[in-house]
Amino acid sequence: QTGSISGRLLDDKNQPLPGVTVLVEGTQLGTSTNSEGSFLIQNVPAGAQTVVASFVGYTSKRLPVTVTAGQTVTIANTVLAENTTLLSEAVVVGYGVQRRQDVTGSISTVQSKDFVQGQVTNPEQLVQGKIAGVNVTTGGGAPGAGTTVRIRGNSSLNASNDPLFVIDGVPVDKGGISGASNPLTLINPNDIESVTVLKDASATAIYGSRASAGVILITTKRGVQGENLTVNLNSQTSVSRRANKYEVLGADEFRERIRANGNAGQIATLGAANTDWQGEIFRSAATFDNNVSLNGNVKNVPFRISYGNLNQQGIVITNKLQRHTGSISLTPVLLDGNLRIDVNAKGSRVDNRFIDNGQIGAAVLFDPTQPVRSPEAQFNPFGGYFQFLQANGNPRGLAPGNPVAALNNTNNVSVVDRFIGNVQLDYKLPFVPGLRANINLATDLSRGEGSTTINPQDFGNFNADPVTNPNRDPNLSGRYTQFQQDKDMRLLETYVAYAKDFSGTKFDILAGYSYQDFQDQGPNFLPLRFDRTTQVNPTERLTVPGFYSQLTLLSYFARTTLNVKDRYLLTATLRNDNTSRFAEETRSGYFPAVGLGWRLKGENFLANNATISELKLRAGWGQTGQQDVGGLYDFLPRYVIGNSAAQYQFGQNFITTARPSGYNRELQWETTTTLNAGLDWGILDNRISGTLDVYDRRTTDLLANVNVPAGANLTNQLNANIGSLRNRGIELGINAAPIQSEAFNWDVNFNVAYNTNEITDLGPQDANFQGFNVGGIPGGTGSNIQIQSVGFPINSFFVLQQVYNADGRPVEGLYVDRDGNGIINERDYYRYKQPNALTNLGFTSNMAYRDFSLSFVLRASLGNYVFNATAANLANYANATGSTGFLTNLPTDVRNTGFRTQQIFSDYYMENGSFLRGENITLGYNVGKVFREGSNLRLTAAVQNAFLVTKYSGLDPEIFGGIDNNFYPRARTFTFGINASF
Amino acid sequence: TKDLDRTPKFEQTPDKVYVDLAGYRSVLAKLYAGFAVTGQQGPAGAGDIGGIDEGFSDYLRQYWSAQELSTDEAIIAWPDAGVRDWHNMNWTSSNPFIRGLYYRIYYEIAICNEFIRESADDKLSTRLSGGDVASARRFRAEARFLRAVSYMHALDLFGGGPFVTESDPVGSFRPPYASRQQLFDYVESELLALSTDADFADARTNEYARVDKAAAWAMLSRLYLNAQVYTGTARYNDAATYAKRVIDAGYSLATPAATAVSSSYGRLFMADNNVAPLTNEIVWPIAFDVNNTQSFGGTTFLVNGSTGSQAGWQARVGMSTGWQGIRTTRNLFQLFPDTAADRRGRFWTQGQTLEIDDQGVFTQGFGVTKYRNVNSAGIAQGGAQNQSSIDFPMIRLAEVMLNYSEAVARGGTGDRALALSYINQIRRRGFGLPIGTPSSAADVATLSADFILDERARELHWEGFRRTDLIRYGRFVEGTYLWPWKGGTRNGRGVESFRVLYPIPASDLAVNPNLRQNTGY
Repeated sequence: QTGSISGRLLDDKNQPLPGVTVLVEGTQLGTSTNSEGSFLIQNVPAGAQTVVASFVGYTSKRLPVTVTAGQTVTIANTVLAENTTLLSEAVVVGYGVQRRQDVTGSISTVQSKDFVQGQVTNPEQLVQGKIAGVNVTTGGGAPGAGTTVRIRGNSSLNASNDPLFVIDGVPVDKGGISGASNPLTLINPNDIESVTVLKDASATAIYGSRASAGVILITTKRGVQGENLTVNLNSQTSVSRRANKYEVLGADEFRERIRANGNAGQIATLGAANTDWQGEIFRSAATFDNNVSLNGNVKNVPFRISYGNLNQQGIVITNKLQRHTGSISLTPVLLDGNLRIDVNAKGSRVDNRFIDNGQIGAAVLFDPTQPVRSPEAQFNPFGGYFQFLQANGNPRGLAPGNPVAALNNTNNVSVVDRFIGNVQLDYKLPFVPGLRANINLATDLSRGEGSTTINPQDFGNFNADPVTNPNRDPNLSGRYTQFQQDKDMRLLETYVAYAKDFSGTKFDILAGYSYQDFQDQGPNFLPLRFDRTTQVNPTERLTVPGFYSQLTLLSYFARTTLNVKDRYLLTATLRNDNTSRFAEETRSGYFPAVGLGWRLKGENFLANNATISELKLRAGWGQTGQQDVGGLYDFLPRYVIGNSAAQYQFGQNFITTARPSGYNRELQWETTTTLNAGLDWGILDNRISGTLDVYDRRTTDLLANVNVPAGANLTNQLNANIGSLRNRGIELGINAAPIQSEAFNWDVNFNVAYNTNEITDLGPQDANFQGFNVGGIPGGTGSNIQIQSVGFPINSFFVLQQVYNADGRPVEGLYVDRDGNGIINERDYYRYKQPNALTNLGFTSNMAYRDFSLSFVLRASLGNYVFNATAANLANYANATGSTGFLTNLPTDVRNTGFRTQQIFSDYYMENGSFLRGENITLGYNVGKVFREGSNLRLTAAVQNAFLVTKYSGLDPEIFGGIDNNFYPRARTFTFGINASF
Repeated sequence: TKDLDRTPKFEQTPDKVYVDLAGYRSVLAKLYAGFAVTGQQGPAGAGDIGGIDEGFSDYLRQYWSAQELSTDEAIIAWPDAGVRDWHNMNWTSSNPFIRGLYYRIYYEIAICNEFIRESADDKLSTRLSGGDVASARRFRAEARFLRAVSYMHALDLFGGGPFVTESDPVGSFRPPYASRQQLFDYVESELLALSTDADFADARTNEYARVDKAAAWAMLSRLYLNAQVYTGTARYNDAATYAKRVIDAGYSLATPAATAVSSSYGRLFMADNNVAPLTNEIVWPIAFDVNNTQSFGGTTFLVNGSTGSQAGWQARVGMSTGWQGIRTTRNLFQLFPDTAADRRGRFWTQGQTLEIDDQGVFTQGFGVTKYRNVNSAGIAQGGAQNQSSIDFPMIRLAEVMLNYSEAVARGGTGDRALALSYINQIRRRGFGLPIGTPSSAADVATLSADFILDERARELHWEGFRRTDLIRYGRFVEGTYLWPWKGGTRNGRGVESFRVLYPIPASDLAVNPNLRQNTGY
């Protein structure tokens, strides 16, 4: 008693899906769909059955059906939803696209639907917490703040550790532009379709000398052939406010403690006010982010046009960012599909008003017993703001300025424009099947300019000098400074590719050439007074009118892939890079890589296994480089012209000096050799799938700023290829769909990465040589808290070991005499912990119940340590009372220590910065169609930085570099969003 | 391809610098500025050397610290890691300030070598013509002098050290080690050669702030005075001979007082000491200027670093800031029994205590207001940036006279009466009396080496001589002469004898196995 089942499977664009596996659950019966997406299964036992349709890259569907003997039951057309978290999507790789199942390197992709939601201003934040081994740390809560992206830790010491960003096939300059804290702020996250991260060398080596820190490929949204005109509107409104505050003494306790610990003069300085200075400089800030895009076709030319407008306030008064972005992409396919054209143009303008983060520190330490404003006449020249003045009404030297006044008196603005455009042609040569040629012409232009205007009422720029301002003219106080920077990048890339399929064995080969040129230039300006005419330093003159640099990279690259029966995979790449940054003898380098894959699922013993739906082993080896170190001409003997304040007097004349600068003719890129092994797996129709990678990265010829033998060069420290370091780690990413049903669906993504780092060589060593001090901290001059030493992680903290009394309180000035010689000196410092996390975890959950959705992202960091520089610098009575004529507030930590003087090198201030952050919680409601078929309306409410769990005593332990000082707090942001398409 | 040969636009390659005399002059200016500023942007920026805070890396600042903070003349309050090691005399080969000083000395030597290399006769003859060649040869002689001074500092502070000359390349090779005797011989031979070199300016004929033969003679007198310490062989005859040559070259102690502003002695250390009559005495200054030659070292450091927070104190020294670091110990103060008579002792006592219970408390220990950033008209020169215009006397006549007197007192060939008269002239000037008129208040009757040590402290304190002087007199490390916090104890103690030399920094020992660490470190 059997019948048949037929049906048709479509994708979400209602196109047929061929090759879908269709099985009757609990039986051996099954088939796959034909080119029309249709299937027919015969000889199915009558009764209730369940058909399971599964296809790589798509979410499997279970279809209940009742089979009637002798009949063919037809299941209604069924749409399989794309599931890009699975294993067979198309993956963007360098110079092309591969099927996920063919990939042999360690590559992670996040699609737009999985991006971090809420108010995201910078593209890299879209994937924060989403990819194992990729760490995105924002530089604080200011709009457009710089972020630091680290892929698998730090592979370099003094060369760049920033990954290479490639936007729509154009390697762009991640380096800063004056006027934008973060150059990627100039890219609108709403235009981004996917972010792909190439992590291991077998994936990155095609980018050669710029790939050691990983490669991030950003693909923007495009029009699709044949698509109807769609308009998408996206509008978000957010309110941000600070999540917590630095704990400092209140005015009453401060008065009490000064009366107990200060001298008569200091007690007399106390005021009667109760001012919460942090409360005065922070605010609730509003953000409006509106985006509109049009997708469609004009005469078979698919296009997408977008415009975005962002208006974002910072949570510190006066701080704001305004951004306009526009993009156009055209993707016609001509000549019977033989010529694909891809034209992209992205333009943006960002208007910033920055703040000086030092004012956050000033608000922490400003005397809480003083008012913000005072009607006393002595404050009139300062706009009525309270300031610490001398008897003659001039600012008191060394005293901090009123932070509210400083923020309001400073107008630090910039305008930055950026244009990235490229035209890419891909032509299938008609006379040789499988052969195509590709050419990509691109440019990336940035123009930054700005100025800082400081009002004459400003405390720190008050000009009371009897020589330069005898009449106290306000126009001769204050300050006006300008900056301007132009960056131009030009790119020409071309390659030919050939693909051939011999009965199950696919072979691809590609060879190309790349020429890229970067110019960076601008004028220098002298600081002026408020009148914009008078120089701050009247005798100063520009000895050097501007700055200029040019970098040219010229490369050849090749890649071949081999796929035997979808089981045995090989990818081999080789790139030759030549850079103008190095001398002729050393400027050429070769970067080879090879990756092997064994797709076990394709073997007979697994092909029909119902539990294991995917299994692939990968192994890769490769070498990459890093050339971004120091200046562009560090290998050349050259003379640096001094400015007018560094002249020297001969007779009656001041002579501008020319300094022969140190140089290293042998400078070369460093080489990172990566070994990577990975396992991609999926079970239960890929309802649970994951990726496991282990790697070992060794950087040799490490570019380190090391000592040259004294007298041998024209300086004492130079970047040289001298050392080596090593990163080892393991990464695990899991996607799972615990619940799948008609009404309720739940997807989770979990990732964890563990990385250790060790400097293994820094050149010749001496037993008494401790290492290179780095990591400047406030307190004292030139004080450093970190060190680069062989055998220890990068930037290890270098501190004195605090002695505690029986009550567990630190004993002031008493440290462990680690070398036992009876005195405490620099030999008693020890290396204690490191700022980089050992383990990073990310967890994403997406739940959908009918039209409602709830998603959240959690991030955690374990083993990262933070030096609480704010407390170390300020939480001691000498800080409050060490000066005459003014007082400064104390962090409450002084209650614990009672320190009278600064103990900045004490390991007491080293704190475990491990944390768990509720990055984002988003609630969505899909209203559905509003006007007509095909339209959609979706509403969202999100909270970002929802909570933070940490033992760290300061504001926020997530500080790149591990030194907490003047940190702009990350806001807690509540966003309401509306997204409409029709 | 050619596109890969990119060259800078605003920095210059050597072929574009040494095209005319102005180019040579701008590099020579850097060789001199190497003692004054720390980089190519005053007061800080584009630093010359690394591994130390740029402001700390000033040649004069660290040379002064090594010579003064380690003695009874100065003590520092700041907590910067290693800075109190100077006075505590417990420095190690990892001390960042000693390292900074060492690299600054060898930086100066390296840039002098570079200049001398680029000024070889064959290069000059192809690049310059006419009188410019002679001018450039004079520049070259001055570069040799400056290099000899730095080697002399190396031999005085570190004993031996790496040895590089213009015949070595620029790279990362390992220079050979030269012993103290070898460095002595080299410095002596260079200074002797210069003292008769036709290229080198005759005494008192060069423009302000540039050196001449008198400077070479003065350095020879200093070298020979310490020859016993440096080589084990006394050279007091030579010390007296070369000192006498300087004295006879026409310099004078006549630095008349600026009434109501400064004594005649005090004027030597004021903001306009770059003009007559002060130029009568100063043989070689390191020039500073509030606008044009800025740094966080040099005399800016000496003034601001030793000034407190009181407005009156700041006004006295012509600044509107005070870094509250350096004071002196009672030993120096007590060398001036009557500061009303001997105008050389100028101390700030208001709000300060003589005794020091805690080195870290600036108000303990008297301030020294010898350096004043005020001009002879009494106008403060610090400006909005609190930079100093005081030129620092590297060599001045009084020192050379004291060198002569001491050399003779120690048995060198010379005129003992003349030697005594030099001391009395110096004292009379210090007392504000006519130099040529005998004075019962100021004059001493006998010539004694011990007295000269004290007299040097009175005349030359805070000018960077004290450590070398104490070593010559056997009072630096010994327990027989103590001062507060010597060796890190309140009343002072003797320390290990090896501390007469500073250690070669571990950072250089690591990269240059040719070097030898000094005994004890």
